[in-house]
Amino acid sequence: MIDFFLAPFVDFAFMRRALAGCLALALGATPVGVFLLLRRMSLMGDAMSHAILPGAALGYLAFGLSLAAMTVGGILAGLAVVLLAGLVTRSSVLKEDASLATFYLLSLAAGVMIVSLRGNNLDLLHVLFGSVLALDDASLLLIAAIASLTLFGLALLLRPLALECFDPAFLRGVSRLSPVAHYGFLALVVFNLVAGFHALGTLMAVGIMILPAAAARVWTRRLGPLLATASALAFASALAGLLLSFHADVPAGPAIVLMCGLAYLASLLLAPDGVLAARLPARSHLES
Amino acid sequence: MKPPLLRLENLTLGYDRHPAVHHLDIEIPAGALLAVVGPNGAGKSTLLKGIAGELRALGGHIHLNCRPRTQVAYLPQRGELDFSFPVSVFEMVAMGLWHEIGAFGRVGDEHLHRIEAALDAVGLSGFEARPIGSLSGGQMQRVRFARLILQDAPLILLDEPFAALDARTVADLMQLILAWHREGRTILTVVHDLDQVRRHFPTCLLLAREPVAFGPTAQVLTEPLLGHARRLSEAFDEEAAVCHRPEDAHADDAHAGEAHA
Repeated sequence: MIDFFLAPFVDFAFMRRALAGCLALALGATPVGVFLLLRRMSLMGDAMSHAILPGAALGYLAFGLSLAAMTVGGILAGLAVVLLAGLVTRSSVLKEDASLATFYLLSLAAGVMIVSLRGNNLDLLHVLFGSVLALDDASLLLIAAIASLTLFGLALLLRPLALECFDPAFLRGVSRLSPVAHYGFLALVVFNLVAGFHALGTLMAVGIMILPAAAARVWTRRLGPLLATASALAFASALAGLLLSFHADVPAGPAIVLMCGLAYLASLLLAPDGVLAARLPARSHLES
Repeated sequence: MKPPLLRLENLTLGYDRHPAVHHLDIEIPAGALLAVVGPNGAGKSTLLKGIAGELRALGGHIHLNCRPRTQVAYLPQRGELDFSFPVSVFEMVAMGLWHEIGAFGRVGDEHLHRIEAALDAVGLSGFEARPIGSLSGGQMQRVRFARLILQDAPLILLDEPFAALDARTVADLMQLILAWHREGRTILTVVHDLDQVRRHFPTCLLLAREPVAFGPTAQVLTEPLLGHARRLSEAFDEEAAVCHRPEDAHADDAHAGEAHA
C-alpha cells in the first residue's frame, strides 16, 4: 500500500519533479482559477489558453523547443490578445466575450499553422498536451517563479479584485484601481497559463485552474477557505493523477485533469451547495 | 448662505450626443439636503453619475469644492451588485474605509469599532458573518448605508435609495440621511415619493431632461411645474437637430433664470 503511494516518488526523480511542478501550479494557477470562476470568466480562461499558442509557436519556430523562447512568446501573445480584446471591448459595440473569442480564434489558427510549418506531430503534441513527466530544472524553476509571482500579485490585488468582482461601481467610485485590478489579473492569468502549458499543455492548463475552483465553490461561501480548498483539491488531484499515470501507464496531463474532474463531480454530489443537497428532502426549518 | 460645495455650470450630460441633462446651471450650497425629482428618463441618475465622475460631460462644467472620489460617496442603483460573490457583511461594510485602509492597509481595532458602530446604526448588529447573498433587499440596502457611514464623505449622492423597500426600512434610512444633514454634509437624493420630499427635503431640483425648477421644496413641487415636467419628458428623438444654445453660461441669462425658477 505504502509502496503504491510512495514508491513512484521515491524511486523516480521525474515523478518528484512532476509533483513539485503540480504543487506550484496548485498554489499559483488554481487561486487565479478561483477568481476566473468568481468573475464568471471560466470560459475566458479557456479562450486565453489558446491565445498564447501562436507566441509559443513563433518561439518554437525560431529557436526550436526552447523554454525561454516559448515562454516569452506565449506571454507576449497572451498579453497582446488581452490588450487588443480590452481595446475592442471599450471602443466598439462588441462585448468582452465576443472580442476575446475573435482574437483567440485568430490566435489559435495562426498558432497551429506556425507549429505545422516546421517540426513534426510529436512537437505539436508537446505544445498541446505538455510534458509534466519531463520537466527539467529550468521549467520547474519557471513554474515555481510564476507561482510565487502569482501569490504576491494576488495578495496585492486581493481587495480591488474582490471589489471589481462583486461591486465594480463602488470600486470605480473610491479609487482608480479598477483597470489595474482588471489588467493585472488578466496578466496573472496569462502567466499562469504559460506555466501550466509547460506542464499540462495549452489544452489542459485551464483544467487545473477551473475544475478545483468549481469543486471548492460548492463547499464554502467564504473567499479565504475557497482559495485554500481549491488549492488543496488541485494538489490532491495532481497527486492522484500522477499515481494513476504511473500505475496504469496513461498520459499524465489528462490523468491529472481527469482527477480534478473527479474531485469536481464528487463535490457536486456531496457538498452542501452541490446538486444532490438541493434534491434531498428539506431539513426541518429553523425558528428564525 | 454658505459657499457652494457644488456648482453645475451650463452642464449637459447624456449618451451618444443625446442630452439626458440639458443645460443645467445651479449652485448647491454646502450642507444642502436636496431632493432630485422628475419623471422616469428625466436625467436624475445621469446627473448623479456625472457628479460622481462616472460620465463625461457633453458640455459645461462641474465644479466640485471638495476632492473627487475621496470626498464624494456615491450610491448607485442596485443593478450591478453580484450577490453570489463569497463575501461577508463585515467585509463589505469594511470597504467603506477604503480611503483610510486602501488596497492593502490593515483593519485595526479602531476600525473594528467603527464598523460595528456603523452596523449598529443601520440596525444590523450581529450580521457581521452573514454572506451578502443571504440578505433581503432591505437588509442589503442597510449594509450599503453602513458602508456609506464609514466613507464619511462631505458630499453624498444617493440614487433612488428607497426603491422597493418597506415603510419601516425607508423610515430608518431617512433618519440616517437626516442625521448626515445635521452633521453638515451635502446630500443629493433621487426620490420618487413627493410626500416624502415635502416632509424631509428643504430643497428640491425638478428635472425633465431640461431643468424645470430649483429652490425651496414648497416652491418647486407645485402642480403647474410638475405638469410642465411631465409634458417635457418625452423619449429621445433619433433625428434631433444639433442644439445651438450657447455653451457659455453667462451669455444665456434667460436660460439661467428658467433653471432657477
